[in-house]
Amino acid sequence: MYATLWRLIPGPVWLRILIVLVLLAAVLYLLAFFVFPWVDQMTAPAQEVTVDR
Amino acid sequence: MTDSVQGELRRPRRRKRGLVSRIVGVFGELLITAGVLVLLFLGWQFTLNGVMLSNQQASDADQLIDGWQSGGDDAVPAPAAPATDGTTATPAFAYGEPPAPAGEAAPGDAEEFAVVYVPRFGSDFKKTIAEGVDPRSVLNKGGAGHYTSTQMPGEVGNFAIAAHRDGWGSPFLKINELQLGDKIYVETQAGWYTYTFRGLEYVTPYGVGVIDPVPQVPNAAPTDRILTMTSCNPLYVASERIIAYSVLTDWTPRSAGAPAEISGLVGA
Repeated sequence: MYATLWRLIPGPVWLRILIVLVLLAAVLYLLAFFVFPWVDQMTAPAQEVTVDR
Repeated sequence: MTDSVQGELRRPRRRKRGLVSRIVGVFGELLITAGVLVLLFLGWQFTLNGVMLSNQQASDADQLIDGWQSGGDDAVPAPAAPATDGTTATPAFAYGEPPAPAGEAAPGDAEEFAVVYVPRFGSDFKKTIAEGVDPRSVLNKGGAGHYTSTQMPGEVGNFAIAAHRDGWGSPFLKINELQLGDKIYVETQAGWYTYTFRGLEYVTPYGVGVIDPVPQVPNAAPTDRILTMTSCNPLYVASERIIAYSVLTDWTPRSAGAPAEISGLVGA
């Protein structure tokens, strides 16, 4: 899978590495500010710090 | 390094991997990716998310305080003259009885209505208290939540709040480090309620007696003004609840200025 992706990226090696780093940064940004907050709300434990009957 | 060198160094790729082998390979990479994502998420919860929530809490608290300060003092009853003859009922507060919160509209669901300061938790500890203890709309915002069925700050009875201590900013992380006599300040429109820490208790998640008007004494008529803080225990396990009790020992109307210990945080 990742080997195929690597082959699909055009350009010499240094450019490929640059493209991969940019893509990684974009993915991490989306995760940190959009995906993870959403997952956090979805998976929130019902009761963890409160007393309840 | 040029392309031609790269091309010479690269070994001829094996043609035609078996279909099963390719599927297994992709599956394995997906599993590794999932594992990395889970680790990233856990790391995010305890670092970046905590920082973001703490910043948001600080700005929310400042906004509340600004609103109160610009609201004018006429919304607050004039303080009674300091009691000097000792005739006031115990505990005697320098500025008389705290005003009943009846004049103020009850806070709406998940509305931030108070700010709590706990110097023991950090010299800059300042979090909001919102109405209700719903995890998604209140507790996961990094502040504290008020048990709706309990009293309001300064009232006779029990002002009970809850907050996380293992994530979501971990506001009550150091609740187990409170020491006898530590001050906990709750600020509302009216002023500052100074509670003094009295002790800890550990209960099961069903120990609702801790938020009774007289904690653990059902149906008793309250005379004290208690602050009850609840959080999870042990850290990261949460099979129990840790409870911190404090009692109101003083109150300061807004017109008198913030108590010295937290005056630097109030920004007045």
